[in-house]
Amino acid sequence: MTQPRRLAEGGLIDRGEPLRFVFDGRELEGYAGDTLASALLANGISVVNRSIKLHRPRGIVGHGAEEPNALLQIDRGAVTLPDRRATQTELYDGLEARPAVGRPERDPGAAMGALSPFMPAGFYYKTFMSPQGWWERYEQVIRPAAGFGYAPNGPDPDVYDRCNVHCDLLVAGGGAAGLQAALTAARAGARVIVADEQARFGGYLLASRAWIGDESAQAWVARTVAELAAMPEVTLLPRTAVFGNYDHGFAGLVERLSDHRPPGKRAGPRERYWRVRARQMVLAAGAIERPIVFGNNDRPGVMTASAVTTYIRRYGVCPGQRAVVFTNNDSAYAAVEALQAVGVSVVVADAREECSAAAAAARDAGVDVRPGSAVLSAHGRRQVTAATIGDLARQGQQRVPCDLIAVSGGWNPAVHLHSHIRGPLRFDHDLATLLPASGPDYVRSAGAAAGVFTLAEVLANGAEAGAMAAAALGFEPVMASVPTVRDDDPAPGALRVLWRAPLPSEGKLPAFVDLQNDVKTSDLELAVREGYRSIEHVKRYSIMGFGTDQGRLGNIVGSGIVAELLGENVETVGTTTFRPAWTPVSYGALVGEELGALFQPVRTTPMHDWHVARGALFEDVGQWKRAWYYPRAGESLDDAVRRECLATQRGIGALDYSTLGKIDIQGPDAVTLLERVYTNNWRKLAVGRCRYGILLDENGTVLDDGVTARLGEHHYLMYTTTGGAAAVLAWLERWLQTEWPELDVYLTSVTDQWAIMSLAGPSSRDLVQDLGTDIDLDPQAFPFMAVREGHVAGVPARVQRASFSGELTFEISVPADYGLFLWERAFALGERYGITPYGTEAMHVLRAEMGFIIVGQDTDGAVSPLDLGMQGLISDRKDCLGKRSLSRPDFRRDDRPQLVGLTPDDPEVVVPEGAQLVHNPDQSTPVPLEGWVTSSYYGARIGHSFALAMVNGGRARHGERLTAWDLDAGAIAVTVTAPSFYQPPRE
Amino acid sequence: MLLIPCPWCGPRDESEFSYGGEAHIARPREPDALSDAEWADYQFMRTNPCGWHREQWLHTHGCRRWFNVERNTATHAIHAAYRIGEAPPLREPAS
Repeated sequence: MTQPRRLAEGGLIDRGEPLRFVFDGRELEGYAGDTLASALLANGISVVNRSIKLHRPRGIVGHGAEEPNALLQIDRGAVTLPDRRATQTELYDGLEARPAVGRPERDPGAAMGALSPFMPAGFYYKTFMSPQGWWERYEQVIRPAAGFGYAPNGPDPDVYDRCNVHCDLLVAGGGAAGLQAALTAARAGARVIVADEQARFGGYLLASRAWIGDESAQAWVARTVAELAAMPEVTLLPRTAVFGNYDHGFAGLVERLSDHRPPGKRAGPRERYWRVRARQMVLAAGAIERPIVFGNNDRPGVMTASAVTTYIRRYGVCPGQRAVVFTNNDSAYAAVEALQAVGVSVVVADAREECSAAAAAARDAGVDVRPGSAVLSAHGRRQVTAATIGDLARQGQQRVPCDLIAVSGGWNPAVHLHSHIRGPLRFDHDLATLLPASGPDYVRSAGAAAGVFTLAEVLANGAEAGAMAAAALGFEPVMASVPTVRDDDPAPGALRVLWRAPLPSEGKLPAFVDLQNDVKTSDLELAVREGYRSIEHVKRYSIMGFGTDQGRLGNIVGSGIVAELLGENVETVGTTTFRPAWTPVSYGALVGEELGALFQPVRTTPMHDWHVARGALFEDVGQWKRAWYYPRAGESLDDAVRRECLATQRGIGALDYSTLGKIDIQGPDAVTLLERVYTNNWRKLAVGRCRYGILLDENGTVLDDGVTARLGEHHYLMYTTTGGAAAVLAWLERWLQTEWPELDVYLTSVTDQWAIMSLAGPSSRDLVQDLGTDIDLDPQAFPFMAVREGHVAGVPARVQRASFSGELTFEISVPADYGLFLWERAFALGERYGITPYGTEAMHVLRAEMGFIIVGQDTDGAVSPLDLGMQGLISDRKDCLGKRSLSRPDFRRDDRPQLVGLTPDDPEVVVPEGAQLVHNPDQSTPVPLEGWVTSSYYGARIGHSFALAMVNGGRARHGERLTAWDLDAGAIAVTVTAPSFYQPPRE
Repeated sequence: MLLIPCPWCGPRDESEFSYGGEAHIARPREPDALSDAEWADYQFMRTNPCGWHREQWLHTHGCRRWFNVERNTATHAIHAAYRIGEAPPLREPAS
């Protein structure tokens, strides 16, 4: 296999290790050390993708995170990665890539390009918004035509790792400045993490021909990295992007662990998410070369000058044979040198009228340097064939054949990590860009990220940043003497501000500011013409700087052009906000191990295995698995629930009540706490008795409810709903800690400490007696709403007589470890009474027949106890949380939704929960709503279907006929009743 | 991601804490003596400063204690964390 654009020698690639890969079905070859981008260029692939909106053919522009076009789909199936930048993807044997948008050859969407004059910014908003409601139809056509890539076709088979680490100093970027900073701080004794998103450290030094001291830049990098690697307190993280900088020294990093290996040779986690808390930070993320906008500047073969230099020197690939270099500053002369050195003929269009020293040196070396001129347009479609070079001061233009246009419009420091933490920026007129101004004192930018470009200065600046960080940490840094530097590559000095070239004589051509999002200068002109002034608004109208691009390449240029259009200076226009993430982060890395069974804890009761063995189906209540119902062979949910309800009414039903929230309350002021949080009175509750109470929030709406038992003089046990346990404990703790710290009372969650078996039904007393107990079960000695402590079946037990079903009920609490024992014993002895387990569904039916509410099902965040008809539970003797709100006028309205019962005309029809209640569903819309259904069941004990509902002014409407209406069930005639259906047996 | 100095546990990651809103809003001693407007003021009205703000935090996944933090809402700088009932530590008015 041949690599037509590969140079015979040079570069940091291993020609002895060829790697085979596939691009868009073509089998190709690259070398170890290549990125996918350098390998594609080596093979002479010019078109790598199509643009997202207009489907124009696009080639590789950059060499790193700034690449706007080469977003490729890597590999297939469940492991496929959409939109990977070829410039950041290391080549491996067997890699398979294809364009994320369209096809490079014969693209079916290419006609979009011809339509581009009719598709300016805002086109979709303006065109597809009518007729009303048609967007969903348009969308089905538009979405597939646009990018970006394809989602994996199955669950991610990879695993991801996560770690939390603290360090003294985090250095973002392992180029010249970052390595110097790390070395200086580490030598002083600091614990340092250095992260670089590339596979190897060195940054731009890897493409430099400079000498540092008596060694080459690459040798200096290798020696410095070796010294750092030998230090025990230094962590070197190559292939690790610092993607976000958050507050107080917290940074998010993602390390690529296995993506660079061939699919068969990957082991362990794919990525590792580093959550780093650093005391000091040095941001040395470098700078991004920006383009200058001209006609058809998106043609394959138009690249940044630094990318050209990098491909030639680092990867041994020459991206063209005849080059035009278009620059407004000195730095592009590095590319001129690099091109010349490999025998490429170069014409330089230098926008500056006067020849700088670098330009003069190139001219002396025989290069055709044309001062005061600019590239006005590119020619060719799938590959640049020529450039039109025009004189900026005078008329006249010339077409110069070429297959490569290397552009430099100046440099933008990568200030993103500085901006993430709201670090301010200032405009620098010499560099015509934004530089980090002083931000939080623990963060320092260094090197090109701080606008320092000359290598000697970068090394000194990096060392200084590292020394200052070390000093701030309390170390005593020694400033290493900065070695002498010889660097023939010019820094980006003597810049002439030029955002866009003038129009060529053939007239207006598409000229792109943001290649990834297909935003042209004409879109910015339109935005300004339509009245947008703020750059933030222009961005959102034109989508400039959106998506994964985040304006890395085009943002400052866009601001400059908008400034020109508005007649303002670019400082005033400013830039849009850079936000995390700096580069895309996979969901897998963020999720880590927290998925599947590890997503959240599953809580089961001590009797859980028994329920499973008995064939129970479960429902999730918070984190709890609760038995829902216990179907016998052939039984439906409805069959099973009817059977369980009737068994409870006629014999004994057993419910696993262990999940109920339990808060142990102790202390001399325990009763004061209850008085302040419950609406009813607690001072006269005797030891051994229990009482139902409701908790309100300060807004007067129902927060939770449950029974609280008085176990001793200063000892209470509060039961909460299963789902509300944690919230109620937190609520009580908050009031105790913040508002009533003087109360001598302590709260402990004992939910998991007790298993509860609730035995309901006429034979329940007999069964408790049979189990053996030292508690006197006589109704006189142990009345309803009493609690007793003693033993049941030989184990310590607390027995409470409350009832959620209306039947005679004994709730037996035993230490959790005895729960299964008691349960199995009760079933063994209860057979003669027809003991039947019942689940939460039957429990709901039984309680609803009694008119007992479920907080969160029959109530929402707007329901007061008055709405529920619970006036009697509100003491007028004392204040409690939320009570004052109940006297607000709105809570006193008599047309508020109030709790009622409903009886359907057809006793077998169960109204769907959530159905709306109306007078006449055939009325013209909007139909006045009278209320809604909150709970609805077939009541086996009462022999007909019924429901609970909230109905406007419902308490005064008992007997009224309404229609329940549901999308699926249609209209169901019902009668409003009191919210109580079952007359419990008298004891 | 804030680093919050819990007065009991020391500096811990924000992910261990819950936010509780503005601090130093005492519950009225006699709610029934208040007009609806006064009650609403206690219940709903909060300052929303761009700058220093005293607020309640709970160390949910730690000691489960509530405490106060004085935090700058514009910069997220934390001046101090102090226990319930303690006076807020002095701060230079200019800072």
